[in-house]
Amino acid sequence: MGSELKVPTMAELFASGQQPEVLFWVGCAGSFDDRAKKITKAFIKILNKANVSFAVLGTEESCTGDPAKRAGNEFLFQMQAMTNIEVMNSYEIKKVVTACPHCFNTIKNEYPGLGGTYEVVHHTQFLKQLLEDGKITLEGGKFKGKRITYHDPCYLGRANNVYEAPRELIQKLDAELVEMKNCRKKGLCCGAGGAQMFKEPEKGDKDVNIERTEQAMETSPQIIAAACPFCNTMMTDGVKNKEKEASVAVMDIAELIAGAEDL
Amino acid sequence: MEYLPNILFALLLVAGIGYFARNVKRLSRNIKLGKRVDVSDNTSQRWKNMARIALGQNKMVVRPIAGFLHIIVYVGFVIINIEVLEIILDGLLGTHRLFGFLGGFYNVLIGSFEILAFLVIVAVVIFWVRRNAIRLQRFVKPEMKGWPKKDGNWILYIELILMFLFLTMNAADYQLQLKGAAHYANEAGIIGAFPVSGFMAPLLEDMSIANLIIVERAAWWLHIMGILFFLNYLYYSKHLHILLAFPNTYYGSLKPKGQFKNLESVTNEVKLMMDPEADPFAAPADDAPDPEKFGASDVSDLSWVQLLNAYTCTECGRCTSECPANQTGKKLSPRKIMMDTRDRLEEVGKNIDANNGSFVADDKQLLDDYISREELWACTSCNACVEACPVSIDPLSIIMDMRQYLVMEQSAAPSDLNNMMGNIENNGAPWPFNQMDRLNWAQES
Repeated sequence: MGSELKVPTMAELFASGQQPEVLFWVGCAGSFDDRAKKITKAFIKILNKANVSFAVLGTEESCTGDPAKRAGNEFLFQMQAMTNIEVMNSYEIKKVVTACPHCFNTIKNEYPGLGGTYEVVHHTQFLKQLLEDGKITLEGGKFKGKRITYHDPCYLGRANNVYEAPRELIQKLDAELVEMKNCRKKGLCCGAGGAQMFKEPEKGDKDVNIERTEQAMETSPQIIAAACPFCNTMMTDGVKNKEKEASVAVMDIAELIAGAEDL
Repeated sequence: MEYLPNILFALLLVAGIGYFARNVKRLSRNIKLGKRVDVSDNTSQRWKNMARIALGQNKMVVRPIAGFLHIIVYVGFVIINIEVLEIILDGLLGTHRLFGFLGGFYNVLIGSFEILAFLVIVAVVIFWVRRNAIRLQRFVKPEMKGWPKKDGNWILYIELILMFLFLTMNAADYQLQLKGAAHYANEAGIIGAFPVSGFMAPLLEDMSIANLIIVERAAWWLHIMGILFFLNYLYYSKHLHILLAFPNTYYGSLKPKGQFKNLESVTNEVKLMMDPEADPFAAPADDAPDPEKFGASDVSDLSWVQLLNAYTCTECGRCTSECPANQTGKKLSPRKIMMDTRDRLEEVGKNIDANNGSFVADDKQLLDDYISREELWACTSCNACVEACPVSIDPLSIIMDMRQYLVMEQSAAPSDLNNMMGNIENNGAPWPFNQMDRLNWAQES
């Protein structure tokens, strides 16, 4: 810890005539949410350690429009999308990595139709690639033998068929990966998607995140691994609701990797 | 007089198939009330999907018990239909077991039909027990009360009766062949193999030839009449899936499930807004079409594929049982979304029939009269329902289209969401943080 984060912006690099290999799309949660900011920093630490040529948009980034679109406001979504596409295209961005499955899904699938075509990867896919290329190494260590259950974010799993990259990373930590009864294609939502994050739930018997947390608890995990800032919030709330926060941690895959490397 | 049965049979066949054709026409008219969408792409992938999902039943076996039993009934249905071809030809020509010339192969065929018929009976009985005695949760949800429950059971009863008639017909036929009855017996010996109906012999072997003929003819006629009845029952029933599962899986989405369509009408407006050259005060041209309605409040706002989805739904409830909102006691049930869409579409169709081919406003719509806002707002867009459907139905797309109508035509989003959208509009994030502070985290320790 302690070493300064190196967070170049596209504007800075552009001014000095440089073009980074990849844009790190931080997303609203990663920029403003206190819990998610830790994920952002953990990912940056790994990027710094691996000497990845990257930049962020910083104040030129704006919401992808995902929550507006899922709430039914196509108009606002497309306004956001076209504005963002204009910025990204002006920097001639080719590749985007993001730690938010909602941003990932929107930029990867819904931006091309509006003029923004990029190679978009989720940070778990990106980390897996860094590992395969030998840019980072994992010795297990800190997480060796820990029981970790992985919660599939809907917009990463079912929506885009990314199931294995996060799991392979957990296994590389020499941790014991335990699956919930609903996983992969049958993974249960955390309750935040479709703009639910920003509203009170409809009347029912239970909140979705409690149901999902109970499924996670059935595996007696020491860590619930998430790969989405919103899932992270929902599962953290669920764990608190069960008064288990002392024994069960909710962590993003990037935090696990950064933690294992003791960054 | 000799040909009276043949003529009667031909008339029955024409009436049965004719009435079915009329229903197919109505079905296709109703589906075409939906908006046109281009689904002419990737034909080879689409054929593959149909082969894998509908023909190959590969999503049925995700739930192994129901999947296995369903495959028995499905295979039974398809294979036994080969026998129906013979029955129709026998009926028209007045022949007895026309395909008997196939010899040993024919015996294998009839024998396997019988075994399948028996397995179908077993499967159907288990299905009935699951619905009515064990009362599996997904079969007793609120939307399953009344007609949907009866429909589900009716189908099972009809299948049971058809299989029973088929076996009775064979049993009587076998006895007649054994007794050397004219028209039935054959010099070459017994035609057909009867591994299952043979067990019914004790019930029949003391009967006279005349009575056996009555039993055999009655079973034969009731069986073919039952099949024609069933064919015409389809249009009124969830059982329509046996036909529509094929086109529905063909036209199912090929995109990643997370990719929702971008509304073109909105794109045009947004582009205009962002175009510095555009004159914001320009009056629309006189011949400009009315601006398109955003989203869906009624069935005619949906695409024809979504309407095909509604007719294809067989109300199995796999979507609803996987739905996180439904699992936690919310009103939303993806199955109900499909059932409501079909019910409303039928209502619109009947309205058109009653008014000489044109729809007369009836002061009703899909939104509110069928699907409530509470249901629509409970969705997390997680795609569990879409993944669960064994025949590629997409309830989520209907929910999203209806949300678009609520938000863009009615400004009727829940107030929390209005706050969220206001924040995005003003400062580019769903929370009230300034866009200029977006990189502050990099300085915080």
